Amino acid sequence: MLAIYRKEMRSYFINPIGYVYLGIYLVFSALLCCYMTLMAGTYDTTNYFFYLALSFIVLIPLLTMRLFAEERKLRTEQMLLTAPVSITGMVLGKYFAALTLFVSGALISTVNFIPLYVIANAESQASSVTLAHIGPVTGQIIGCFIAIVLLGAALIAVGTLISALTENQLSAAVITIGVIAAMVLLNVFNQLTDANGQPLIGSYVIRFIIDWVSVLSRYMIFSNGLLDWAALLYYVSIAFIFLFLTVRVYEKRRWG
Amino acid sequence: MIKIEHLIKNYGTNCAVDDISFEVEEGEIVGFLGPNGAGKSTTMNILTGYLSSTSGKACIAGIDILKDPIGAKKLIGYLPEQPPLYLDMTVDEYLNFAYELKGCKLERREHLAKICETVKITEVRRKTIRTLSKGYRQRVGIAQALIGNPRVIIFDEPTVGLDPKQIIEIRNLIRGLGKHHTVILSTHILQEVQAVCDRIVIINKGKIVANEKTENISNVMANNRRFNVKIAGPQKDVLAMLRDLNGISYAEVLAERDGDAFTYMIETEFGVDIRKRLFYQLAERNWPLVGMEALGMSLEDIFISVVDSSESDKGTKREREARSRRNRAVSTERTIGEALYEDARKKRSEAAATLDEDDDE
Repeated sequence: MLAIYRKEMRSYFINPIGYVYLGIYLVFSALLCCYMTLMAGTYDTTNYFFYLALSFIVLIPLLTMRLFAEERKLRTEQMLLTAPVSITGMVLGKYFAALTLFVSGALISTVNFIPLYVIANAESQASSVTLAHIGPVTGQIIGCFIAIVLLGAALIAVGTLISALTENQLSAAVITIGVIAAMVLLNVFNQLTDANGQPLIGSYVIRFIIDWVSVLSRYMIFSNGLLDWAALLYYVSIAFIFLFLTVRVYEKRRWG
Repeated sequence: MIKIEHLIKNYGTNCAVDDISFEVEEGEIVGFLGPNGAGKSTTMNILTGYLSSTSGKACIAGIDILKDPIGAKKLIGYLPEQPPLYLDMTVDEYLNFAYELKGCKLERREHLAKICETVKITEVRRKTIRTLSKGYRQRVGIAQALIGNPRVIIFDEPTVGLDPKQIIEIRNLIRGLGKHHTVILSTHILQEVQAVCDRIVIINKGKIVANEKTENISNVMANNRRFNVKIAGPQKDVLAMLRDLNGISYAEVLAERDGDAFTYMIETEFGVDIRKRLFYQLAERNWPLVGMEALGMSLEDIFISVVDSSESDKGTKREREARSRRNRAVSTERTIGEALYEDARKKRSEAAATLDEDDDE
């Protein structure tokens, strides 16, 4: 598993894809931070993280599209599958490589908050009111950061499964974009209301299902700076289910 | 060392491997011979744990590949039909990856250097695999299979797409490996297994047709002798003489002419060496013998002879005759085809020669 993890990490940086991902992620998050906080004149980072989460629709497929599709196309998976490594080990090795790159990107992007703290520092020194808190709420930032990482971990697992199902990077990317977009945006339907303020979707069951599938529904809790164990479990179990399905896809292919 | 029992693999309703059983002893080089689509690759893929069998058992050194896949895979080095190379890595990176992937415990630098020496890729170790030629890529694939000194090495068509010099090198390499490893290789080239293997397993349509020591197969081939002879003389008389000659079971004229000489295809009876007698007969009649060429047997011929000899007690005499007639018809068709091709080539080279002369003037 470690060998595969290291190979994947290396391949992200032998190919341009690792640099492309990090580049787009960092530039986009920096711009977003600039527009959502500095130019909006607020220390509140909720919007920043929310739009960052939306950008995952395009960013996550960049990380996951080649994981399995490329191996299948070049027939290199034959080497992995005939090596003394379990299928679970292979899937986890690849998954954690993608996750590592994702988390590194997210960690690096925390430099975006430095200007906020610098400005807040200057402002509080200039301010005559000493008791009021001026500046970003660190708890909120940490909460949102954890939420983003959990969300990313779940979506990378989704992308991993789709990559394992296709033989072509491009189709893996397109399908992943579609699926993640659906998972992220479905929540909108639950929030639609008719003229009387009643939910547009009448059936509670459907609303419940949408709520379960929609990955953003649990995201909001974190932005209040709360660590919700149920939400945490939700994201971890989504990742687990999709990775489990990926392993099953490979098991099934052997018997096919 | 390797034991396969009643292996069956179905793809839907299509049966790729149909009840195959055989064993390979330690230190043996076994050739897996069969036409394309015979089930060679499928069998190898099952043996290496890439595919699962529908039913049956495959064991490596007593370890069932389905029950303890990781334990069994540790004993195998495998080169699939298409070498599994990461084109964007350098050879060194790739071999290091293979080393880690297999959890190899040998001293890394020394081991990799030794393998590169063996397959002669030391000079390209720093190159990216994408830039390597087919021959080098194949060798990198072989190097990958050798990492960790596995007890069993499996090669799926190791010489496909290589030039003749590389083929000979790879064959010698495989021969060398046979001293310390058990080797299975698959091919559809008869000469290859004859040159390299101790034993030949012939497989056709998912079934084992023959499982013999290489000498035995060669004997089968030696028994069925066919020649192309070129004789200058009146065509009809020569043909009549050939047909009357004792020891020749079959003769016919081929559509190939060399001055006043015609080419005849003859087939001798089993165990008869016709060459000297034919020469004296022709000398007596003053018909010069211009050329004589022994025709090798193709894979199909071997199949038919092997099947024929293994089934000779089955079926009536009439059926056997029909079978051998069919066999002959096939081979004649081919020789005529080859003759036409020869002709065309000759004409082309003649035309080229005249052009050259024109240039000289």
